Amino acid sequence: MGNARKTPEVRADSQADIAFLLLIFFLVATTMNSDKGLSRVLPPLPPEDVKVEDAKVKERNVLLVFVNAAGQLMAGDESMDIRGLKDKAKEFILNPMDDENLPEKKDTEIDLPDGSKWTYPVSEGVISLQTTRDTSYEVYIMVQNELSRAFNEVRDQVAMQKFGSLFSELTEDQRSAITKAVPQKISEAEPRKGIKK
Amino acid sequence: MKKSGDKKEVPAISTASLPDVIFMILFFFMVSTTMREQELLVRYKLPSATEVQKLEKKSLVSYVNIGVPVSHMQAKYGTAPRIQLNDSFKTAKDIGDFIGAERDQLNEADRAQMTVSIKADQYTKMGIITDVKQELRRANALKISYAAIEGEAY
Repeated sequence: MGNARKTPEVRADSQADIAFLLLIFFLVATTMNSDKGLSRVLPPLPPEDVKVEDAKVKERNVLLVFVNAAGQLMAGDESMDIRGLKDKAKEFILNPMDDENLPEKKDTEIDLPDGSKWTYPVSEGVISLQTTRDTSYEVYIMVQNELSRAFNEVRDQVAMQKFGSLFSELTEDQRSAITKAVPQKISEAEPRKGIKK
Repeated sequence: MKKSGDKKEVPAISTASLPDVIFMILFFFMVSTTMREQELLVRYKLPSATEVQKLEKKSLVSYVNIGVPVSHMQAKYGTAPRIQLNDSFKTAKDIGDFIGAERDQLNEADRAQMTVSIKADQYTKMGIITDVKQELRRANALKISYAAIEGEAY
């Protein structure tokens, strides 16, 4: 452009205003919170015409965690602080010493992604979480979180032994193998009878 | 290009890149946020937990909100915790219908993957949560997620 007079450029200053408008629209119309939470699977309801038989579970295979209305915690038959629950649950899941009072293990064959079989003593233990109707949700989630943490740490441990890396770093197939070896068995029973109005 | 040493006028600061900057912020918000799906009628502060997992497919998630009605609704509905389904207050009895309707919206293959996210205030009592859980079991919606914020649990 040898011209002394400049050709006026296309005005771009209003473009900023348009972009601002769009920005403000998205700020108002959207939310930031990504949905996160503790995933659980509820047990299916038994059909009403079938008489409910108490599932025959051996006493050693159940860890009863009970939370009362005051937020106090009982695990097994001892009262307990929330800080101790994770280790108690881990000990219950793993039963490292093959203690007679802790859950049985059943050798189970698990298919590995590479096609081979892997025999792992899968714990038969179930953690049963009971609350009253007056227990606060916050404490309940706290307890659920500790139980999740116990299972996740055990899974990490088993994954480390088997595959040499943490559970979260495994492939999907490896992960499902570990999930079979350490199933997250948390039973969410109905609140205690008698407390119900 | 101008010749070197040729300074005829001081150019005004160019605002030509301003739209680009704003667009960048815009794209950031478009990517990182989600559309508001419903107006909240209850107020809740989610409990915090450390082991939270992200809910994978948003389209397969239905929400059950539980909490104290927002202040302008309190005259009509009181201050006791209520259940909100879609855009209105409901009772635990309505959950069956709600799940049925939500399930109908999904296609056959996705129905087993349907997840119900329970967004409940941390000060709610377990009674109402248990009622909701029982209704969910009755409606055979067994995959649930207790919504929580990531953070220190205690």
